[in-house]
Amino acid sequence: MATLDQAVPPEGAAGPEGESLENPRRRDWLQYAAVSFGAVGAGVVVLPLINSMNPSADVLAQSTTEVDLSAIEPGQAIKATFRKQPLFVRNLTQKEIDEANAVPLSALRDPQTLAERTKEGHENWLITLGVCTHLGCVPLGAGEGENRGPFGGYFCPCHGSAYDTAARIRQGPAPSNLVVPDYEFTSDTTVTVG
Amino acid sequence: MSFPWAKQYAPKHPVMQWIDEKLPLPRFVYNAIGSGYPVPRNLNYFWNFGVLSGVALVCQIVTGVILAMHFHSSAAGAFESVNGTIMRDVNAGWFLRFAHANGASMFFIVVYTHIARGLYYGSYKAPREMVWLLGVVIFLLLMATAFMGYVLPWGQMSFWGAQVITGFFSAIPVVGDWIRIWLLGGYAPDDAALNRFFSLHYLLPFVIAAVVILHIWALHIPGSSNPTGVEVKDEQDTVPFHPYYTAKDGLGLVVFLIVFALLIFFAPDMLGHPDNYIPANPLSTPAHIVPEWYFLPFYAILKSFTFDLILPAKLWGVLAMFGSILLMFFLPWLDKSPVRSGSYRPMYRIFFWIMIVDVFVLGYVGGAEPIARNVILGQIASMYYFAHFLIIVPIVSRLERPKPLPNSITEAVLAKGKSGETAVSA
Amino acid sequence: MSALFVKSIKFLIGGAFVVALFLALWTTVAGMINEPAAETAAEEFHLKPEHLALQSDGPFGTFDEQQVQRGFQVYKEVCAACHSLSLVSFRELEGIGYTEAQVKAIATGWTTPQPTFDPKTGDRGERPNTPADRFPHVYYPGQGSPPDLSLIAKAREGGASYIHALLTGYQAQPAELLEKFPDAKTPEGLHYNPYFANLNLAMPAPLTSEGQVQYLDGTRATVDQMSKDVSAFLVWTAEPTLEKRHAVGFATILFLIALLFLTFGAYRSVWAGVKH
Repeated sequence: MATLDQAVPPEGAAGPEGESLENPRRRDWLQYAAVSFGAVGAGVVVLPLINSMNPSADVLAQSTTEVDLSAIEPGQAIKATFRKQPLFVRNLTQKEIDEANAVPLSALRDPQTLAERTKEGHENWLITLGVCTHLGCVPLGAGEGENRGPFGGYFCPCHGSAYDTAARIRQGPAPSNLVVPDYEFTSDTTVTVG
Repeated sequence: MSFPWAKQYAPKHPVMQWIDEKLPLPRFVYNAIGSGYPVPRNLNYFWNFGVLSGVALVCQIVTGVILAMHFHSSAAGAFESVNGTIMRDVNAGWFLRFAHANGASMFFIVVYTHIARGLYYGSYKAPREMVWLLGVVIFLLLMATAFMGYVLPWGQMSFWGAQVITGFFSAIPVVGDWIRIWLLGGYAPDDAALNRFFSLHYLLPFVIAAVVILHIWALHIPGSSNPTGVEVKDEQDTVPFHPYYTAKDGLGLVVFLIVFALLIFFAPDMLGHPDNYIPANPLSTPAHIVPEWYFLPFYAILKSFTFDLILPAKLWGVLAMFGSILLMFFLPWLDKSPVRSGSYRPMYRIFFWIMIVDVFVLGYVGGAEPIARNVILGQIASMYYFAHFLIIVPIVSRLERPKPLPNSITEAVLAKGKSGETAVSA
Repeated sequence: MSALFVKSIKFLIGGAFVVALFLALWTTVAGMINEPAAETAAEEFHLKPEHLALQSDGPFGTFDEQQVQRGFQVYKEVCAACHSLSLVSFRELEGIGYTEAQVKAIATGWTTPQPTFDPKTGDRGERPNTPADRFPHVYYPGQGSPPDLSLIAKAREGGASYIHALLTGYQAQPAELLEKFPDAKTPEGLHYNPYFANLNLAMPAPLTSEGQVQYLDGTRATVDQMSKDVSAFLVWTAEPTLEKRHAVGFATILFLIALLFLTFGAYRSVWAGVKH
């Protein structure tokens, strides 16, 4: 063979180039092991890089939000923030409560009663995130004089999702009710969210 | 590519054939770092450092892009975002930060070795001048990038480094002060300077990557040099890059990673300076300011000029510091010796090693306190540095009688085997 | 003529740098002979700190939680009056063995409150700390500016050893110093300490008597013990992720050594039979 190298000991029959790919001695398990071991290592290194984009410890530790309810009259709502997201706190009137309770569960896309969405003894306090479950816009209806939509609750202007007085989805593209975060009443007029 | 016996890319799989017809990228890679690139068979481990420099660049870009996601580029928030948020709160942030800071050191370690390899083996000589020139461009870009990166944590050394290095430009007659203020966007480093350094620190690595591609392109036209400096004559002299040099570079890469990991995990602050853990204070300069270790030799040259000879000493220092790097551009024409490899150049080899020791002395002086003994040492070492490249190398290349060269790479390899495996001195 | 100039330009430039350096060297040597640098008190009497051995030293170092907690107690009861710790969050104290409830109690009970600002009314006020807060900034109206201690163990040459040496190194100015350098008398309001770079610092000795801090774990609170403990605590504040770094590093090195053997084997097998 033209490329055969005189320096190669007789038992190593292959030349410096050429048939090395076909020679099984050259492609032995060590090469496969080294390459696969290295690939595993590279894969493991990628994990912390990806994980570094998850919320950092200071974001996760963001404190709970306290809301003072004393100034909210029946029929009014306020916007607070919880983990940098808008939080709607609404003092329902008896009429709104009755309206919400009058809806049969079977008519709802995401069936939940008002009682399930409020705390016992505080059924007039509807506390939800102000984030439309469709694509995340802030629905109207919490601010004074804003359009509350056809069901008297909240109305998302982005894509026309309408929520009722229990902030349940009634019409439009949103898949589910406005989210009720974890919260508890620390007194009759304050709640701690989160 | 460069040699008639280079293997041709012949994809077997129909998908690869389809891609290769539409966009011959697989063919390009095959010819650049695959089996289609014939490489001299006798490269030693010093030839690993080019690939390792490329790996270091990739490490810096990957860790840097993620760090930039968490960095606040403002004089009020930069220190806190690096030493507070990134080091404490971001998941694996401490790893990213230490990997990036020590990655810069690793980058310089491998680049300096790569340059020294080029100097010893005469890799800058025809027909590879363009490879060398592009390499010097990469080195300059790398230094600029490293300097601006060091400013970003906004510690004391960051701030005063920015102050001193932009101060170089004020040595330029007439327009110097105006240039310095323009560079900083103010009278002292502040938000404007920090933000432009951040912007450029993000941009320049991609410029480096582009010049690296040109560097490799220029290399592939004549093909790689080798420790004998004798050009490839026939197929026996070469092996395909893959699998031979991919295997060898893989081994070198693991050694590189071990050193890198030891730095990151067990000595992350060894190469840094304590003062950079103090937030920048524009009203108080640290007692003893020094640049990062990889700039120390140049810093020593800067400090050595203390005499106003026609020009002011400050201008001499700045000219000499930039000149010490810029003279590399002229090296292919300063060294006219027809023999490439230092292994066959007995005189050059001696001066080469003196020059290496000289650079270490300059590095020591750059970081040492400016007491008389150190200043004298730095002045002598600086003298040798310029004399070496501008006077000694041109003269040696004429006076020297090189040792006889082997007829071919293969002959050299076989001779080495016969004389009891003694290595060609490296 | 011009060809000769082009040919010799390298020698001209090289020669110019060498001559400029030679003249500079000449003046340096002459200066050294004519006006040898005067000795200063700081050069002669400055002491290098003795090494302080801590459990966090070395490649396998971990934090001694008991000691770090004691150090936190020293910080809280002594240092915190003047020195901020503004990069550290209360929640991070869970990393040195405090429970969530203990951290909450420490945060709410912290003497310096968190400042608040109401952007609507413009009112500035105060509120108690929560575990999510960083330690509040301490404002210091007196002379000097006490450095933030979050990173002090990394920001000083010698780290923990320096802190320990400085805290235990206060003494009267030696008579021989005054004899030799009469101008170097410690100025009014400063305090002599041979471990401080210029020998005189604004901070008076903070740890002066045994039992200054009542340790909860019953350790005898000598000045030396308190200094050691607070040094260990400041090593922790400077890098709370140190233990994790060591653990991940150990695993990484083991993996890489295994990979080194494999790549060496692969390299040998690829090159088998090819002389190079």
